[in-house]
Amino acid sequence: MRTILGLLRLFFSFGKWLYSTSAFTLVVALLLIVVGVALYASQGNMATFSITILSGLLRAMLLFLVAAGLSIIFGLMDILNFAQGAYFMLGAYVAYDFQHSNMGVLRMGDSIPDPNLRFVVGVLLAIIVGLVLGFVLERVLLRPLYERPLFQLVLTFGVSIVMLEFIKGVWGTTPNSWTAKLALQDAQFELFGQPFSMYRLFIILAGFIMIFAVALLLRRTRIGIIIRAGVEDDEMVNALGINVRAVFTLVFALGCMLASLGGAVAAPFLGATPSMGATFLLAAIAVIVLGGLGSYEGTAIASFIVGLAWATMEQFSLFTNIGTVLSSTTPMLLLAFILLLRPNGLFGEAR
Amino acid sequence: MANLLELRNVHTFIGQFHILEGVNVSVQHGQITVLLGRNGAGKTTTLKSIMGITPPKTGEILFEGSPIHGKTSFAVARLGIGYVPEHRAIFKQLSVRENLEIAARERGDLDRSLDFIFDLFPDLKRLYHLPGGNLSGGQQQMLAIARALVPNNRLLLIDEPSEGLAPVLIEQVMEAIKRLSSEKTVLLVEQNFRVASKLADSYVIIDEGQSVASGSMADLSKDQALINKYLGVA
Repeated sequence: MRTILGLLRLFFSFGKWLYSTSAFTLVVALLLIVVGVALYASQGNMATFSITILSGLLRAMLLFLVAAGLSIIFGLMDILNFAQGAYFMLGAYVAYDFQHSNMGVLRMGDSIPDPNLRFVVGVLLAIIVGLVLGFVLERVLLRPLYERPLFQLVLTFGVSIVMLEFIKGVWGTTPNSWTAKLALQDAQFELFGQPFSMYRLFIILAGFIMIFAVALLLRRTRIGIIIRAGVEDDEMVNALGINVRAVFTLVFALGCMLASLGGAVAAPFLGATPSMGATFLLAAIAVIVLGGLGSYEGTAIASFIVGLAWATMEQFSLFTNIGTVLSSTTPMLLLAFILLLRPNGLFGEAR
Repeated sequence: MANLLELRNVHTFIGQFHILEGVNVSVQHGQITVLLGRNGAGKTTTLKSIMGITPPKTGEILFEGSPIHGKTSFAVARLGIGYVPEHRAIFKQLSVRENLEIAARERGDLDRSLDFIFDLFPDLKRLYHLPGGNLSGGQQQMLAIARALVPNNRLLLIDEPSEGLAPVLIEQVMEAIKRLSSEKTVLLVEQNFRVASKLADSYVIIDEGQSVASGSMADLSKDQALINKYLGVA
């Protein structure tokens, strides 16, 4: 308890400085604090430290895949898509189901004997499911409600519950762990004497590639310019002769697709569980608010901060014996602290 | 020749409020037509009704003889109508280049129009890669007008371009509008009667949501009684 109070005091003593400093310095400071706590929590054991950092990076990438869609959809359409977590979960279940022929509903796994190739197809399947269901949700259910934002909020929340119950009905309520190992999971590399599955490295690399791919899409393509302009003033974009509603549908479907992709690639180590959607949704909401609503760079950077802090606190709670409560509340605690100091998040502008 | 744009007895509601209560406007090819009237008379709503942003409830809006009321605003824009809203609604996070690029409707629109735009607003060439939010008020107004010049628009709707600008900048913007009117038809909203009278060929006065007078600008300038009645002390 004293350690926590000490940390709190440390944090608030920086408060005034944090309030006035630039977002960049703040990001560096936060990362230093997180890495410092991670070092402390691993008690100088570099193997433990590397586990913490790697699982933090991993979590950051998965968080990014959920939060990116959430952030861009909110920026452009002012919809907080509560179903984003359900799409993440659905992606995991689809990939899981396709991989394991003895389980689930598809039982198509045997059609592709090679588990690695099967996984690739499973991920593609999850992407398609996310894209199609995202399209349907925006086009059929959300489109009639643009004049009533509150209804949209309730609707996406309702859809997430329906999807959760659907998943429980089809796949059961017990968590499924991944048993069909991939070649990448068996392959290992060593860091400070600690062996790691290559699959983790692959996810981290793939996450970085997605961050840059989405950034390129937003910065360099016409659709990206339209999205960024639409975040500022969609009525004006419309008046320039661009069908903004069609762009809304596309962006919404792409956002849901990113979440499904995240769930599918997370499944080999997280498995497929009915609680994963809510867990990641909550953390992703913390990410987008922390990064500053509507800011893509903010979302990407906040994913790292929250992901690393989350994993660090998990490690911290292991060695302080205070249970996992600290780790699961970390994203929200971090969010509360930052919002006290910077009400618009790290990179957000006053709305 | 028929009028390029024609509004017949347009009524528009915003929420429950009856904003336009019968507006008639005719815009002739190649002319600058100005909408005059006091604050809150319904000038901006008239432009928004044309653009389909606040669609009229009853009445007709004809562009080149065919009805455009009831169309969505992107469909109206694609017919060749450029909208320059009040308050210089440029995209502040986008660079000047991106602000122009987004307005292109067909491949090559930007390349074709860029020389004309830089000729009209030399400042924009220097600021081409800066974010729109870094521009001064006058430069933002020029960018907003330039943006409407990128596609091959036949009609420009320009809302209060002089609002909040220093006198020397007003001159510059008005000069640009005068020059571009040799190629485009313009429907202008302008509070400043002196500025409008130098620029426009014809006028429509809107008062309390109704068009109450119209004609050639030259006639209006002589009619001090009409000016006093609807345009106040100006």
